[in-house]
Amino acid sequence: MNSAGAVSDGRLTAEDFSVAARAFADKWKTHNQSFPPWSWVPLINRTLLLSNQQAEGYLSLEKSIILSSLEESPEDESLHLATECSEKEESVDHAILVQNQENEAHYYDFHLVYSASYKVPVLYFRGYCSDGQPLSLDVIKKDLPSCSVSLLAESKWTFITQEEHPYLNRPWFKLHPCGTEDWIKLLSQSSISAGCQMPVELYLVSWFSVVGQVVGLRIPLEMLN
Amino acid sequence: MANEAVKYVWEGAIPLQINLHKSEVASHPAPPPALVLAPRIGYLPLLIPLIKPYFKDSLPPGEDSIWFDYKGVPLKWYIPTGVLFDLLCAEPERPWNLTIHFRGYPTNILIPCEGEDSVKWNFVNSLKEAQYIINGNCKNVMNMSQSDQEDLWTSVMNGDLDAYTRLSPKLKMATIEDEFSRKASLSSPQSRQGVTETDGAGQNKTARIPVRLYVRSINQNFENLEDVPEMDTWDDISYLNRPVEFLREEGKCFTLRNAIESLLPEFIGDRAQTSGEERSKDGGTEEAEAEGLPEMGEIKLARIQGIEMKLEIPFSWVVNNLMNPEFYLHISVLVKAPQR
Repeated sequence: MNSAGAVSDGRLTAEDFSVAARAFADKWKTHNQSFPPWSWVPLINRTLLLSNQQAEGYLSLEKSIILSSLEESPEDESLHLATECSEKEESVDHAILVQNQENEAHYYDFHLVYSASYKVPVLYFRGYCSDGQPLSLDVIKKDLPSCSVSLLAESKWTFITQEEHPYLNRPWFKLHPCGTEDWIKLLSQSSISAGCQMPVELYLVSWFSVVGQVVGLRIPLEMLN
Repeated sequence: MANEAVKYVWEGAIPLQINLHKSEVASHPAPPPALVLAPRIGYLPLLIPLIKPYFKDSLPPGEDSIWFDYKGVPLKWYIPTGVLFDLLCAEPERPWNLTIHFRGYPTNILIPCEGEDSVKWNFVNSLKEAQYIINGNCKNVMNMSQSDQEDLWTSVMNGDLDAYTRLSPKLKMATIEDEFSRKASLSSPQSRQGVTETDGAGQNKTARIPVRLYVRSINQNFENLEDVPEMDTWDDISYLNRPVEFLREEGKCFTLRNAIESLLPEFIGDRAQTSGEERSKDGGTEEAEAEGLPEMGEIKLARIQGIEMKLEIPFSWVVNNLMNPEFYLHISVLVKAPQR
C-alpha cells in the first residue's frame, strides 16, 4: 500500500475499510434502489467502549428476503428481486417480497466485517425463518446459486464455514478470506486506474462484485465507476 | 530441545469434576461425577471419550450431542480449556465443576461440534490465521503434507511436546527476538526464518503477533477476586481477535502492558495503573478524585496460561514462551471500567 487513497497489494488498513465501506454504502444507495441500503454499525461494545479513533464498525444489510433461483434459467442465477409495489407507503420495512420454492420466507442478514488478521473484508451471513429459527447450511444451499453449491461440496472446510461472529457471540456463516488479496490484486491490475492501484473507495465495490455472487447478490455495473 | 517454560505450559492441566445435567439422569442412583485432568492447551470435546463411559448407562435413549456448561454458561468448545478456566473463574476453583449435557445442544449460541474433526479443523484454521499474521502468508501451512499436518495435530492432542518440537519447524514461523528474549525461542536455530522487514542486525523492526484478548469489565471496585461477580453470559466478555503490532525501539522494552494497551487504547495514560504499584507513590485515586478528574480504567489482572502476569514483562518473552500450539497468545484480562 503506497500513496494515500490507493491500494496496491490487495489489502486494507482498518481506516481504509471504514472509508471504503461508506463509499460502498453510498454507491449502493444510489444505484441499487431495489435493495434496502447498507447501514454502518459502529463497534461500541457493552462492556468496553472502544475508542472512536479508528471509527471501527461493520456494514450490515439485514432482513433481505431471498428467492432461490428457479429451475428454468440456470445461467442467470442472480437473485430475482422485485420491488414490491406497496400501497402502504408508510411501511418502514424495506423487505422485498419474493417467495421461495417452499412458499416460506427465508430472511438473510449480511455483514461485511474487517479482518485485522488478513487485512481484508470478510462476508458473514445467516438465514432464518420468520419465527427467527436459524436455517441450516443444507437449507441455505437451496437458496444459493448452484455454482456456489458445487464449490461448497468440493471443500467442506475451506469455503463457507460456520464460525462465531467476531462481535455478536452467535454462530454465523463466513466466506473464507484466504486468497482474497490475490484476486483483488488481479482486479486492480485490470482496473482502469493508473498502474496497479485501486482507489480505496472502489475496494469494497470491486470486492463485493465477486463475493456477492457467491450468495447470489449482484451489483449493477454503474457502481464500478 | 524445548525450554522449561514451554514444557511447563504443555504440562499445565486443570482438574475437572463433571456432573451429568440432572434433567438427563435416567438411572437410579444418579451417576457420580467424572474426574478428569484436562490439558490446558487442549479442548473439551477431546475429553469426551474419557468422560462418556462414566455416564453412558445413565442416559435417556436418543442421539448424543454433547456440550458443557459452567454455572449455566455454555462453554465454547473452540477455546482452549485453560483459557476458559482463566476467564470464567476469577478465583480459580479446584476441581473445576462443570456440567455435561448429551441432549439439547444450544445451536443458537454454540457452533456445532462434530467431534475431533471439528476441533482439528478449528486448530488448523487458527494456525493458518496465525501464520498469515506472522509471516504475511499461510503457504507453509498449506504446503505441509497431509501426514505432517496429521502428525502435528496428533502431537497437540496427545500433549506430546517432543513430537511437536520436531514438526513445528516445518511451519517456518518467523520468531520475534530482542535483547530481552534471547534465550527464549521455541524453534531451533536452524529453522528460524526472518520476514522481509529486517534491519541490519537481522532482527525484525516491526512484527505482528497473533493475540486473542478476552476482556471482562467490572464496573465496581473490588479488592479480592472472590468479590468479582459471576459471568452470566458471553456478552459479559469482549473478545478481540486482533494482532498486536510489536514495536522495537532502540533501548526501550515493549512490555506486556504496551501490548494490551495497544489493543485497548482507552486504558492508556499516565494514570492507568495496576492496583498497588503506583498508588503508594502519589496517594492514588483519592488525589485524582480530589482534583475532579474522571477515574481512569484499570487493568486489574492479566492471566496467561493460568499465570497472573506482571505487566512489565517483556512482551517478546511472553510470546515466545506462553503462546498456544497454534501460535496464538490468549490473554484473559480483568479490567475496571473507566467511569464517565
